[in-house]
Amino acid sequence: MSNEIELIKDPGLPAHVHRRADTDPKAAARAERQVATLFILSALGTVVLVYSYLFVDEDIFFFIPVLGNTNAHQLGLGMGMAIALFCIGAGLIHWAKTLMPDEEVIAQRHEFKSEDEDREDFVKTVKAGAAAAGLGRRPLIKRTLGAALGLSAISPVLLLGDLGPLPGNQLKTTSWKKGTRLVTDPGDRPLRPQDLEVGAVAQTLPEIAPGEHRSLNDIGKDAVLLIRLRPEEFNLDAERLSWTYEGIIAFSKICSHMGCAVALYEQQTKHLLCPCHQSTFDVTRAAKVIFGPSARPLPQLPITIDAEGYLVAQAPFNEPVGPSFWERST
Amino acid sequence: MTARERIAGNVAGYVDDRTGAAKWMKKNLTKVFPDHWSFLLGEICLYSFVILLLSGTFLTFWYDPSMREVVYEGSYEPLQGLEMSAAYASTLDISFEVRGGLLMRQIHHWAALIFMVGIVVHLMRVYFTGAFRKPRETNWVIGVGLLTLGIVEGFLGYSLPDDLLSGTGIRIAEAIIQALPVVGSYLAFFTFGGAFPGVAFIPRIYTVHILLLPGIFLALITVHLMLVWYQKHTQFPGPGRTEKNVVGYPLMPVYMAKAGGFFFIVFGVTAFLGAVASINPIWLYGPYTPGQVSAGSQPDWYMGWLDGLVRMAPPIETVTFGYTISWNILIPGLILPGIMFTALALYPFIESWATGDKREHHLLDRPRNAPTRTAIGAMALTFTLVCLLNGGNDIIATTFDLTINQMMWFSRIGVIVLPPLAYVITKRLCLSLQRADRDLVLHGRETGRLVRMPNGEFTEIHEPISAEKAWLLTSHEQLAPLELPDLDGGGVRRPGAIKNKIRNRISRSMATAVPKATQSERKELEGHH
Repeated sequence: MSNEIELIKDPGLPAHVHRRADTDPKAAARAERQVATLFILSALGTVVLVYSYLFVDEDIFFFIPVLGNTNAHQLGLGMGMAIALFCIGAGLIHWAKTLMPDEEVIAQRHEFKSEDEDREDFVKTVKAGAAAAGLGRRPLIKRTLGAALGLSAISPVLLLGDLGPLPGNQLKTTSWKKGTRLVTDPGDRPLRPQDLEVGAVAQTLPEIAPGEHRSLNDIGKDAVLLIRLRPEEFNLDAERLSWTYEGIIAFSKICSHMGCAVALYEQQTKHLLCPCHQSTFDVTRAAKVIFGPSARPLPQLPITIDAEGYLVAQAPFNEPVGPSFWERST
Repeated sequence: MTARERIAGNVAGYVDDRTGAAKWMKKNLTKVFPDHWSFLLGEICLYSFVILLLSGTFLTFWYDPSMREVVYEGSYEPLQGLEMSAAYASTLDISFEVRGGLLMRQIHHWAALIFMVGIVVHLMRVYFTGAFRKPRETNWVIGVGLLTLGIVEGFLGYSLPDDLLSGTGIRIAEAIIQALPVVGSYLAFFTFGGAFPGVAFIPRIYTVHILLLPGIFLALITVHLMLVWYQKHTQFPGPGRTEKNVVGYPLMPVYMAKAGGFFFIVFGVTAFLGAVASINPIWLYGPYTPGQVSAGSQPDWYMGWLDGLVRMAPPIETVTFGYTISWNILIPGLILPGIMFTALALYPFIESWATGDKREHHLLDRPRNAPTRTAIGAMALTFTLVCLLNGGNDIIATTFDLTINQMMWFSRIGVIVLPPLAYVITKRLCLSLQRADRDLVLHGRETGRLVRMPNGEFTEIHEPISAEKAWLLTSHEQLAPLELPDLDGGGVRRPGAIKNKIRNRISRSMATAVPKATQSERKELEGHH
């Protein structure tokens, strides 16, 4: 074939170019000195570290541009360590690059595939081994072994059963009951309606007996935000309106999306925003989701006042608080 | 013979007498490694892992993995007298009372970030150069496993201080577990030893963080490196480099010095960061309580894209027969990441299926010469990047004076529109680069020197490129697409016809290329001149 396409050919490895240190003893000696200097610098770094550890007090701060106010002890330790380690590395690499042989070496590769003969032998060995065990000829052994192995997997799973209790009703209930007083967090002071001005927000928790300990588990379910608006600003149905008291409305502070604390309240727009994933709830419309990934409003806590004029819960939350779970039905 | 040589001889003899390893050692001590800056990326991961083991061990000596409530009495005044978990208090003590403790904490955290950056960039290098092709598919899968475990390990690590920020992260993880259909609430209760937060999760994740996962890491990294060693490293194409050889430097002494030196450099740089760059200042966040949160809560960067995905999810939740499924959590939190990591792990097999190429490859591809692969990579990166941006949407919105709604809508639309756009643009760019390569080989380099011809015409002088460069630009293979039949001899549709059709189409896309320049074409052009 005369018109066969001719490809461009591999010119082969280019000729080796020697470094200065290979041919010039002066350059080699200079490189050696440079490597040694780096190692000495490293040693100095260690000296800085030891000195800082032993002699620099931990409460000395001084100003460095860019870094700002910096702790001398911490900076001395860190920089000493950094210099000590970095210079060892730089020295080793400089040594390798200037003084160790730099002629490229060619090694051959071989295909991983074995000779056909060896492969056939290998397959034969496996087959012979399997035949010798006779698993195929003894279905009874095969099946009972399979069943036994399968069943034995139950034990580790079962033994992990005590990792935790079953959820029971815990995801659906909180500490709020009819008549539970709302107390400030922090401070544990009961609140009267007049403690909250229009536009104010308060974080509250259910009142506990003096000396009783409040667990994080409880806070994770019980946290409530109180917000006071002018009653005419609400856009609620009659039932929801009856859950408010003189413009004070109470919502679960635990986000209905993934359980973060819905901590940001915008007074102008009357929106609550969760800082984790930006679900936004409209306070005037019973915490309806107006933006973001949450699919449900924040549960509302019906409130009123007790005989002494303190804010209390009329009833528990209208639905389970916090993120969704399989068994929640609303 | 000097005394030193005698000792070396004796040591070698001692080892060989007991193991018979002389032959193996000789072969492996002179093993050849190719040189390229991008081959250092994997080394960075290995070294930061070692740094993590060292600094992590240091931290365990003082850290108290317990949720027992204590009253803080340390030297950091703003928190004195506050109730907090022993875990948080001991992390404060490491930061303020233990000399060098804060440095070690910061080195540990920086090393974790470098470890994850290293893994991702190393993965990109391996992907875009086609280093995952046969016989290295197993190592690719192990690598994807290391990436996944790295994300989990990092998340557990920054959860251990039990500060307000990390507790918020754990709360989100709990919500994802709780959202699983059927078993969700049970799994959540088993994981946390009861309702959230309980008192069990810190000691539990501590065991996983310092024992279980590092053990798995060690095993996987060992296999990963043994395979690299045994299969020999890939090399970039170039003069003298073929599928049948490795061109580079011997392990002893050059690579021992370079790699050993590089470990110290990585450690030195990490120590420098630990010394000057504050990271995760937990004392500013305060102890965790589920009723509080700080604005601008951000996870570490490798979790950021997942958080961004969760943030942009549409608010969909369904209730069927009284049971709730939270699609707004399941899709971004589990289903999409699951699909992405599975596709990533299977990519080598998918590509070889689509191209029908079952041969061994030891020479790397230049990314432009595999336009479809490069474009798919760009597409995946764009998707992840949009998610990552949305993970910081609150910070970006406040920094650049945008509304959070604008950011979120940009991401929601961008995450669907931008990846395909990136695919198309990248593929076009690759083909343009191929065309440029072809022109360079055929017409030479533009010198910028203009010459006026006797007839008044101006032309630019082109200089032929070197033989080495011409080889580099044309040494790659250009595979023809598959042509699998969908009809049999009698014109009847064969079983699997649709599969063959799909495979043909993908393979045609994979084989898109600008024909590379040949010597014949060069000769022909010379004839014209």
